Amino acid sequence: MLNDALLLAAKDLRVERRSRVLTGQVLPFGLIVLILFGFGISPDRRVVEAPDRTVLEQVAPGLFWLAVLLSALLALGRSFAIEAVDGNLDALKLTGLDPAGVFLGKALAIWLELLAIELLLGVGSLALYGATITHPLLLLVTVLAATTSIAAAGTLYAALASGLRVRDTLVPLLVLPVLAPVLLGATLATEAALFGPAGDGWPWAGLISTFAVLYLGAGMVSFGVLLEET
Amino acid sequence: MKTGRCSVSLQVMSDLPVVALDGAVSLISGFPALAGADLVVEQGEIVLLEGPNGAGKSTLLRLCAGLAPLHDGAGTVLDCDLSSRPARRRVRRQVGLLAHASALYDDLTVEQNLRFWAAANRVDEPAIEPAMQRLGLAERLRDVPVSGLSAGQRRRTAMAVIVCRRPRLWLLDEPHAGLDRSGRDLIDDLVLAAIDAGASVMLSSHEVERASGLLDRSSGPSRAVTVVGGQVRC
Repeated sequence: MLNDALLLAAKDLRVERRSRVLTGQVLPFGLIVLILFGFGISPDRRVVEAPDRTVLEQVAPGLFWLAVLLSALLALGRSFAIEAVDGNLDALKLTGLDPAGVFLGKALAIWLELLAIELLLGVGSLALYGATITHPLLLLVTVLAATTSIAAAGTLYAALASGLRVRDTLVPLLVLPVLAPVLLGATLATEAALFGPAGDGWPWAGLISTFAVLYLGAGMVSFGVLLEET
Repeated sequence: MKTGRCSVSLQVMSDLPVVALDGAVSLISGFPALAGADLVVEQGEIVLLEGPNGAGKSTLLRLCAGLAPLHDGAGTVLDCDLSSRPARRRVRRQVGLLAHASALYDDLTVEQNLRFWAAANRVDEPAIEPAMQRLGLAERLRDVPVSGLSAGQRRRTAMAVIVCRRPRLWLLDEPHAGLDRSGRDLIDDLVLAAIDAGASVMLSSHEVERASGLLDRSSGPSRAVTVVGGQVRC
């Protein structure tokens, strides 16, 4: 299963490296979203409860994770678009690859792509919104857990929609509600990582870690049936 | 050796037919694409499927590949019961399907595609190079992205994947489509070589003259059947 996962992930990353959709389209899209969010909020406005902080700085975690989530939708759509065309999904079924391995491989490729997106958008957020990191370990755990949740749940629902003609519009409808708790938890944990206290963030980091494990498990168990029905 | 409803014996020679369909019904979006098809294909036999568009030829090939479901009737392929989902999965690993779509990744090169599909199909690395040589892909086409190939070159690349797999049952849907004369001759030679090696072949073709010539040249048994209205007529 792990060998199958690595094979699929390597293939997806090779496709990405040659097509440059991530670097040429998804990353610029995420940056544009970050900049547009910034336009909507005055950079001089201060938080009433914490006058040493700007409103933009205060909402930076939520804006960052929203930008990540919107960029992830593009990456997920792309990940299954390459399988849906030209009979590739049927060819995958003919290989006898372990469906759980296929799921893990697709999710792993998305996970790595999302980490690259988050790195760039994180730097962009710090630069544009003026936030600073005070608890890096909490931030690291939050990022890893939230990214795993987005990759796992996104892969599962993108696969569900992949056989449909309306998949491009259906994937956001399916994925966004499912990932709403992850967005909430990641935002609050990131807020704690930026402004403290760290103790406020760890329960949220734990919650999204639980979601990550649940989504991974659900994907590994159900992906075979999903693949069969698409 | 029997496991569940599917024999997983790798013995090539067998008295059992490779394909045995009895009143097979397969529905596509509720429509009976196959409506009681009967067909037997023996070891080492070539069966040509003739018939108009929409007659059910592609569905018949997909059924035999374990991709289309068997809704009614009975069917076995390579001693695996098509009504059982796990058995259908086992069928898939033992057949090679050349469908209308070439099943290649546009952004990858010819060699990258072949190496991926070979690894996914558990094909040994040494089998890849001879397949590329045989299909004329080893020279200037090796590093060309599939998106830059002509229809015929895509067909050759898709065929190379099947040659690597060395399946027991070849299922070829319009294998000559999009190919020039030398490409068509090459496909015929590959089919005949597969028959000589003990495989069975089912192919659909609108090019009756060429396909009939292929049947005549086969060293094994061969025949043409007509698929009409989702049924097979001998």
